[in-house]
Amino acid sequence: MNKPLRRVAIFCGLLVLALLIRDNWLQYVRADELNAHPKNRRVTIERYANVRGNIIVDGKPITGSVDSKDPYYRFKRTYVDGPMWAPVTGYASQAYDANQIEKIEDGILTGNDDRLFFDRTLSMFTGEEKKGGDVVTTLSGAAQKAAFEGLGSNTGAVVAIEPKTGKILALASTPSYDPSSFAGYSAKDEKAWIALENDKNKPKLNRALREIYPPGSVFKVVTAAAALEHGKITDIDAPTDTPEPYNIPLSRVPMKNHASGCKNASLNEALRVSCNSVFAKLGDEVGRDAMIETAEKFGFNAEQFTPVRSAASVYDKKMDRGGNALSSIGQFNTATTPLQMAMVTAAIANDGKLMQPYMVEELRAPNLDVIKRNEPEEMSRPLSQQNAQLIQTMMENVVENGTGGNADLDMDGVKIGGKTGTAQHGEKNAKRPYAWFISYAKTAEGSPVAVAVIVEDSAGTDREDISGGGLAAPIAKAVMKAVLKSRS
Amino acid sequence: MSVVTNTTTIGAIEAPSRRNTELALLAFAVAIPVFAYLNVGLAIDGEVPAGMLGYGLGLGLLASVAHLVVRKFAPYADPLLLPLATLLNGMGLVLIWRLDQSPRIINRYKTFSPDAPSQMLYSAIAVAMFVGVLLLLKDHRVLQRYTYISMVAALVLLLLPLVPGLGADVLGAKIWISVAGFSIQPGEFAKIILAVFFSGYLMVKRDALALASRRFMGLYLPRGRDLGPILTIWAVSLLILVFENDLGTSLLFFGMFVIMLYVATERTSWVVMGLLMSTAGAVVVGSTATHVKSRVAAWLDPFECLKTAPEGSNMAAACDQMTQVLMSFGSGGILGTGLGQGNSDLIGFAANSDFIFATVGEELGLAGVMVFLLLYGLIIERGVRTALAARDPFGKLLAMGLSGAFALQVFVVAGGVMGLIPLTGMTMPFLAYGGSSVIANWALIGILIRISDTARRPAPAPAPSPDAEMTQVVRP
Repeated sequence: MNKPLRRVAIFCGLLVLALLIRDNWLQYVRADELNAHPKNRRVTIERYANVRGNIIVDGKPITGSVDSKDPYYRFKRTYVDGPMWAPVTGYASQAYDANQIEKIEDGILTGNDDRLFFDRTLSMFTGEEKKGGDVVTTLSGAAQKAAFEGLGSNTGAVVAIEPKTGKILALASTPSYDPSSFAGYSAKDEKAWIALENDKNKPKLNRALREIYPPGSVFKVVTAAAALEHGKITDIDAPTDTPEPYNIPLSRVPMKNHASGCKNASLNEALRVSCNSVFAKLGDEVGRDAMIETAEKFGFNAEQFTPVRSAASVYDKKMDRGGNALSSIGQFNTATTPLQMAMVTAAIANDGKLMQPYMVEELRAPNLDVIKRNEPEEMSRPLSQQNAQLIQTMMENVVENGTGGNADLDMDGVKIGGKTGTAQHGEKNAKRPYAWFISYAKTAEGSPVAVAVIVEDSAGTDREDISGGGLAAPIAKAVMKAVLKSRS
Repeated sequence: MSVVTNTTTIGAIEAPSRRNTELALLAFAVAIPVFAYLNVGLAIDGEVPAGMLGYGLGLGLLASVAHLVVRKFAPYADPLLLPLATLLNGMGLVLIWRLDQSPRIINRYKTFSPDAPSQMLYSAIAVAMFVGVLLLLKDHRVLQRYTYISMVAALVLLLLPLVPGLGADVLGAKIWISVAGFSIQPGEFAKIILAVFFSGYLMVKRDALALASRRFMGLYLPRGRDLGPILTIWAVSLLILVFENDLGTSLLFFGMFVIMLYVATERTSWVVMGLLMSTAGAVVVGSTATHVKSRVAAWLDPFECLKTAPEGSNMAAACDQMTQVLMSFGSGGILGTGLGQGNSDLIGFAANSDFIFATVGEELGLAGVMVFLLLYGLIIERGVRTALAARDPFGKLLAMGLSGAFALQVFVVAGGVMGLIPLTGMTMPFLAYGGSSVIANWALIGILIRISDTARRPAPAPAPSPDAEMTQVVRP
């Protein structure tokens, strides 16, 4: 009987071997996949198991954690001024995951990041509870407040950048939402989430980074930069030989001007009164490929990472001559995020040097050690210093004598440059136009702030009154004022 | 000149009993769970658990009693079996206690009561059972007398859960009976009793089964009348499967029978037939019974099945549980999260019984699971070794049957929770919560120890031969 016994013994050994192999397959080969599976609640449980680190503005946290004593998710996220800061923080919800900074810097905030390994090990020996690290932002509370309150009940967005460094100072989007309202996983949180999802005003959309709009006339500064850079204009006060009306190439439609005095207007004058014909013709002369080149140096056709990802702004690469002429005045396929227009303004205000926009200043360990500090970084040089200063002259002219008068700050030693935009959109321009305003402030030490404002739809304003100068400029002014005040 | 010398060809040299080895191993088998207990307490509450002393003493006491009984009544027994069983039982207690601490499980079941104290009680009863087996069963060959009584007893036990009023249907499987407030899983005991019946029956019939057969297509086909018992067993296991919805038990019994038949007859044809019949049975039942169907679906692709299964259905529940178990294993990774620091309680229902292995997987990781599998592998290996060493065919068959059944049970349960085979509702021996299981498995270890004691006992000294003097080597 021993021969079959030995064989059965081998069979039993094979059974155990099969289990061992299966276990290796499960716990070694498939471990990562199973661990990261969307159905696996452990990631979320771990995220809320300890006091979560905070997101910090001006030295004060704009987030918090409360102990909910829940057996699944112990700590719940709270937000200070949730709706105002939502475009910056994003949300961290026990039921609906997280996004933006809350998600991108999750490792630091939960304390699970590898860079916190020594910190974790140390607290293991000292017996301290595990804590998350902090994310310190570049934002300015005053600027953000001015932007958010300026937008008020309007739909729109504001982005303010410090041109010298690329630090984002304000990032507002309205209508907004309160991330606290669905931070947990109760029925109430679910209701709040579903209501936000179904809201046709899309409060969860981060308009400052993720929505692309037709830029309208504010795009003319890009066209002006392209014309100067490619040598089509050397003297901004020389007449431009523009007929009135100007016929768009490959089309029989004459281009109308809302402004008067555009015939043969100089570049300076054309920007001041916002002549469509002059810039359309200029864009055509520069040509599509050169226009694309300048636009892309400003950051068009690429996503930006602040580190929150923005949508890519569009300057169409395949359009015909007529399309290019229309795009040069911010119509046709041109579309931009508010962030992109703020970058354009910042590059001009910074004498042609575009800095990489960023909103995370540093990452800190729970013991306040700095783990990572972001340094300003040059992104590109869309135009020369000389040309940038020429455009500054023109933009300051817009504020002093033109459509941007509402942005004038009347502060000593501070020059304000700006450009209005009223972007027609919708079928046959039937929808209410978007009101744009871009501007910067400049002192002797350089430019401390550049702002882009868009007001999408302005309930209660007559259609005729919608204009960049009327609606958006005061908001930009308030933001610039707030930044300048906090500097002095 | 003495009879016992190194120069005689037949010597009754005192074989080492290895009792001290067993004692040393037992010290480890008690110390490891005590440290594990400390670990859980520190991980969950940050302090030394209050019950650690009592718990350690309890386990130590059980181990010492078992050891003393073995030392006295089975001095030549295998030294590994008792420490292995003690270690597994002790770790099982730690894991159950760990799950008792889970606020999620407490929250989920309104009438929650911790299971570890009752498991401790069951373990005490189980060790008493072990002691009883060693005291009452002086010689395992006595069991041969009860061959047919065993058969009847096993059948009665197996069919008890079908008796109305006695059987309890727990989530689709009718494998429990409840007597005076206690629920018993008779299948666990039937396993041992059936092994006794098979050994007795096969020992008598092995020649008839092995030799009286016709050759057909290279296989030895048995005669019709010898085929009777195997067909009966097949039918009974199918009945269990159909009426009690218990895939695991029927697989276990049938597998055990085929193994023992093969060992007894040394004919491969029986194995082939057994495989064919079990495949046929599994296919028929698998395609008709919904309970089995949903488990097969949960086995094939649990994540996919979770999406397609109708909400709230039995299938959705089975698939959800399977995904939870797999994620538990996956999250454990190589080294695990550490005892008390995992989330295996997300599995919810039966986390500490059928699915306790998932807690091992998550909290002790790949390393821990492999250790546990090797511990089970060692028990099986010692069982097979006992079968090889046994001198009588009944003992061989019984030892092989018991260790084969043990191997199959470990494979079916661990393979089920790890998604290697469809899930069946059986318990991981010693580890899982459940009185019937722990008592029956301690009894199984008791019988194996008894057989190994008989097998390893040195042959009695030969009678002094008057001619011995004549054949001595002459030495200077």
